[in-house]
Amino acid sequence: MDDSTNTALHWPDLIYAQFRRVGIRQVGYVPDAGHSRLIELIVNDPNIHDVVLTTEEEGVGLVAGAALGGQRAALLMQSSGVGNCINMFSLLQNCGFPCLVLITMRGEFAEFNPWQVPMGAITEASLKLCGFLTYRVEEADEVDDVVGAGCDMAFAGDLQVAIVLSQRLIGRKEWTR
Amino acid sequence: MIDRRQFVQGLLFDRKNLLVVSGLGSPTYDVAASGDHPLNFYLWGAMGSAAMIGLGLALAQPGLRVLVLTGDGEALMGLGSLATIGVKRPANLVIVVLDNQHYGETGMQPSHTRAGVDLVAVARACKFAEGLHVSEIEAVNRVRDLVHNGVGPIMVQARISNDAAPRVLPIRDGHALKLRFTEALSKLGD
Repeated sequence: MDDSTNTALHWPDLIYAQFRRVGIRQVGYVPDAGHSRLIELIVNDPNIHDVVLTTEEEGVGLVAGAALGGQRAALLMQSSGVGNCINMFSLLQNCGFPCLVLITMRGEFAEFNPWQVPMGAITEASLKLCGFLTYRVEEADEVDDVVGAGCDMAFAGDLQVAIVLSQRLIGRKEWTR
Repeated sequence: MIDRRQFVQGLLFDRKNLLVVSGLGSPTYDVAASGDHPLNFYLWGAMGSAAMIGLGLALAQPGLRVLVLTGDGEALMGLGSLATIGVKRPANLVIVVLDNQHYGETGMQPSHTRAGVDLVAVARACKFAEGLHVSEIEAVNRVRDLVHNGVGPIMVQARISNDAAPRVLPIRDGHALKLRFTEALSKLGD
């Protein structure tokens, strides 16, 4: 199958293209299977500082520092990482730092691990309580439009925007090997 | 042991275009007491984030020097950040920890450094280019030279006295702090 023509397979490339379009220069992430393709594209782009984090909350400080220094930044994380960030998100609200977070969901569609469910079940509500605008993506053909809109809102309006990528979009996690 | 106000005053003397991020609590008051400046970003919360804000800033402005001035408790809360900074190795980033071995804002309970946890050793283990302990005020010029000319990332742990200094409170409006910082930064090139 040709990756370049199949949206179901190349949605991470569409996110990357949006990052390029709006000039994102720093991306913080904790390694994640759902974001692996996007992380690979970012690591291989000399124009983007890829910053691998020990915990997601570090990324909030990174975004704030990038904004102070005049660069646009985005964060990639799993739904579990949202819980790690909650106090740090106050920095974004207090100062009006633009922030775009792309979240791969766990604990929902075809989840094999019940330990992922409690945080997954409160991820979107937690983000809203922290002041984020949240947009959920279920289908691959929505990715480009929704991520593009999220980028524009975050960086044109100094807003905090979270794009929630559903577990159904990402695909079932293989847990036997 | 070092008087914190005297040390910070000396560190920020003739600061040129130095970008400063201060950790919440006493380091923010110390930086304010040394003279308010639009290129000071004072933290009033988000404990544990100071070093990472420094990293984002240092990556965005590789031609300028970035100083993160924070306390032992704040640095301990973001200990993982030192590993993250060690991976990126920004040459223009210096972290100075004002270490009084206590949590001053909450009633002087002892911190982990009081029990001997060594932040310089942690930073070195995290691939920082340089690490330094100082405990005498005479060292301030050497630290100031590292802040302006050293090859980072650099960690300095300054053992300060436990004496509380009078609070000097800078502005608390985060939007105002951000806007005046970015505006002053954009004018540096003029």
